[in-house]
Amino acid sequence: MTFMERLLAWRNERGAFGFYAVLLATAVLVPLLNLAVPEGSALHMSTYTVTLVGKYMSYAILAVAVDLIWGYCGILSLGHAAFFALGGYAMGMYLMRQIGTRGVYGNAEMPDFMVFLNWSELPWYWQGFDMFWFAAIMVLLAPGLLAYVFGWLAFRSRVTGVYLSIITQALTYALLLAFFRNEMGFGGNNGLTDFKEILGFDLKAPGTRMALFLATALALGLAFAAGRMITRSRLGRVVQAVRDAESRTRFIGYRVESYKLWLFVFSAMLAGVAGALYVPQVGIINPGEFNPINSIEVVIWVAVGGRGTLYGAVLGAVVVNYAKTWFTTVLPDIWLYALGTLFVVVTLFLPQGLVGLFAKLKLRRGAA
Amino acid sequence: MLWLGGAAAWAQAPAGNEFDTAVASLPTASYMEKEVLAGQIARSGHPQAQALLQGWLDGKLHADASGHVWLEGEGGYVDPASGSAGKVEADDLEKIGTNNRLRKALKGVLAQFALASPAASARIQAVREMRRELDESAVAALQARLPQETEAAVKHEIELALALAGLQAGEPAQRLAAIASLDGDRSAEVYNRLSQMASGDEADADAAVRNAAGAAVRSIESWRSFYQGVETLFFGLSLGSVLVLAAIGLAITFGVMGVINMAHGELIMLGAYTAYVMQLLLPNHIGLALLLSIPAAFIVSGLVGVAIERGIVRHLYGRPLETLLATFGLSLVLQQLVRSVFSPLNRSVQTPGFLSGSLQFNDLLSVTWIRLYIVLFMLIVFAALWLTLNKTSLGLKVRAVSQNRRMATAMGIATSRVDAMTFGLGSGIAGIAGVALSQLTNVGPNLGQAYIIDSFMVVVFGGVGNLWGTLIGGMALGVTNKLLEPWAGAVMAKILVLVFIILFIQRRKQGLFPQKGRAAEGH
Repeated sequence: MTFMERLLAWRNERGAFGFYAVLLATAVLVPLLNLAVPEGSALHMSTYTVTLVGKYMSYAILAVAVDLIWGYCGILSLGHAAFFALGGYAMGMYLMRQIGTRGVYGNAEMPDFMVFLNWSELPWYWQGFDMFWFAAIMVLLAPGLLAYVFGWLAFRSRVTGVYLSIITQALTYALLLAFFRNEMGFGGNNGLTDFKEILGFDLKAPGTRMALFLATALALGLAFAAGRMITRSRLGRVVQAVRDAESRTRFIGYRVESYKLWLFVFSAMLAGVAGALYVPQVGIINPGEFNPINSIEVVIWVAVGGRGTLYGAVLGAVVVNYAKTWFTTVLPDIWLYALGTLFVVVTLFLPQGLVGLFAKLKLRRGAA
Repeated sequence: MLWLGGAAAWAQAPAGNEFDTAVASLPTASYMEKEVLAGQIARSGHPQAQALLQGWLDGKLHADASGHVWLEGEGGYVDPASGSAGKVEADDLEKIGTNNRLRKALKGVLAQFALASPAASARIQAVREMRRELDESAVAALQARLPQETEAAVKHEIELALALAGLQAGEPAQRLAAIASLDGDRSAEVYNRLSQMASGDEADADAAVRNAAGAAVRSIESWRSFYQGVETLFFGLSLGSVLVLAAIGLAITFGVMGVINMAHGELIMLGAYTAYVMQLLLPNHIGLALLLSIPAAFIVSGLVGVAIERGIVRHLYGRPLETLLATFGLSLVLQQLVRSVFSPLNRSVQTPGFLSGSLQFNDLLSVTWIRLYIVLFMLIVFAALWLTLNKTSLGLKVRAVSQNRRMATAMGIATSRVDAMTFGLGSGIAGIAGVALSQLTNVGPNLGQAYIIDSFMVVVFGGVGNLWGTLIGGMALGVTNKLLEPWAGAVMAKILVLVFIILFIQRRKQGLFPQKGRAAEGH
């Protein structure tokens, strides 16, 4: 272990502690500022902001998922937006069924777009989505199954490096095209939207919003804890060995493809959960979420924060998305320049991301 | 008066009387009677007959209160028979009206005059006009014209018209002969007529004729599906050519150098915008501007490529995933740059005359020139690139560096200069592809994005580091896509091709034509 690596490992411990502290503070402060502080006060936090923070946190879960697979295992997946969107669609389908007779056409069984397309009955793959528990299972199962089949094929035939990146991109591109088709039965171009309630609670009510925010915070905390558990376990060490010397790990006797596969499936499920939490807060899911660009954007969050550290991924997701919100409202034309430059600068000058930058600064100060 | 010769051949009655009587009866005649009168006027052989009928069709034939007919000419009203001017006021005149049916009849009659026109194209037009309504007089006129006709194309049209007329003959044997004589003609006109005879409401009364017509229709249909297949194949080849053009630059940067350049699509886009700017600079010479934009796009995209290599890629050799991210960021910047400079809206690049239109092989098969040129252009670009890599000293150095960098350095090759040149070459080719694409789609900031995934698919499918693989891979994917389209739909065909490639890479990750030997192990 070089000194830098040891410093990073030590920071990892401190970072994890910091992450829990910040998350806990957010989970306590946000409801307090939103509910206890009266409206009109300078300290009051609007429900809009609560939802925005909730959205950032669901992105952070996605970033943790990508960091697990890229930062720890060296698999650059350019298709994680697909798993995120699949989880989102599973949740969206549940929310669509909850609309019931309140749709424009008042059909108790079928969503409006199906009535509009003159479909006579609900397709088989929409059955069961009126039950929350079923939808919740599908949130995990749909992305997990796709990741399992895809990963089983890819890792077994030892497709690695850029080849894997490109075919994951092709995967999400194919899904993008497929979900745009009306015949698929997922609302085509418009996607699923106009949701009314979740588990009987009105989606527009501030209380429901707060509950969704807290659920996302809890999920992020659990995802982080699970990620840490995995990376610190024996499995995690083998995975990092695969990242650093795949052939050597194989020759020592580990079944590299099994380790990769299980981590890939876990990461995909995590992305699905992130999507499922994202959709009720944003209120829409459409095929645009499958766009290959979205997947690459997630990778850049992780790269900016610092890959190989879970709290770095969370930090990157929040920082980049906050910057995106700020830029797109204040200077919309500049955003793509800023994002593009960020990609170049981070890969050229900050291979360890912000986390690495902090470590370097600390190191310099210590030496001086 | 050349038309007289033709007209005289079928005119029976001497000129004069018949013409005058017919013209005199016009003002009071009903539409039905007018149709008969029009025929009489045409047959009269009177020198002014054609002018009168044409004037009638154009609404320039009038009658005054006394029932005298006047033709509206350039300078005033004239007597149709003599051509002498008359003193009449427009207010006193009433137009000799026409209705749809009569206008059709007049057109048919006038076509018989045009049959004697000196221009072959006018004669062909006339025969086609007459085919719409093949009455006895039309058939008689065509039969009279046939032996005099010297132009083969016109002869063919007349024979077709007579055969079509024969389909209406009274005797079944005559109709059968007509069907037999139509064998080999596969135009829509013949097809429609024969399928009417074979079945449906207007089917022929005679069973043998119906069967013969049915057989002829089936033969035409089988030819149709054959030519449709040929057309689909050709569409596939032209789509394949587009894919190869888009991917071949990538085959250099990714295939030979092993560099993932996600900004490759934007280099294509820059080439397309170069074509747009060249047309702005030379608005009066669209074709020349397009030809000049080929080298211009090569230079623009090539220089941008060299800058990318020097500025970014050089620092990331050996770290392909980082290269991917950095060049992706660059692609976002380039897209936004184009949006800021040219507006986010699509720009259209004009197509010069020699690229528009289509090449007609026969009644059932025609291909647009632009698709044909794309295939040709792709082959030229491919050949040029192949020669550059295999027959020039730069190509030798490029191959040496890609096979064994350290050995090449030891032999005195300036590897970092070769890297920049290679990257510039691949990027320049992308620019040329952009010029070609500007003729096929709208030029917009997202042009490149649409092709980047396809390009990677082609290179990976064909086999990295192999130009022939890219050519065959691109063509195979293009043809497969177009073959799937008729029964799967355009989007589904694309999805199926993507899934196929994903599965294919699992089985043969080195692509169709894997590299052999030591070089293969590096990848």
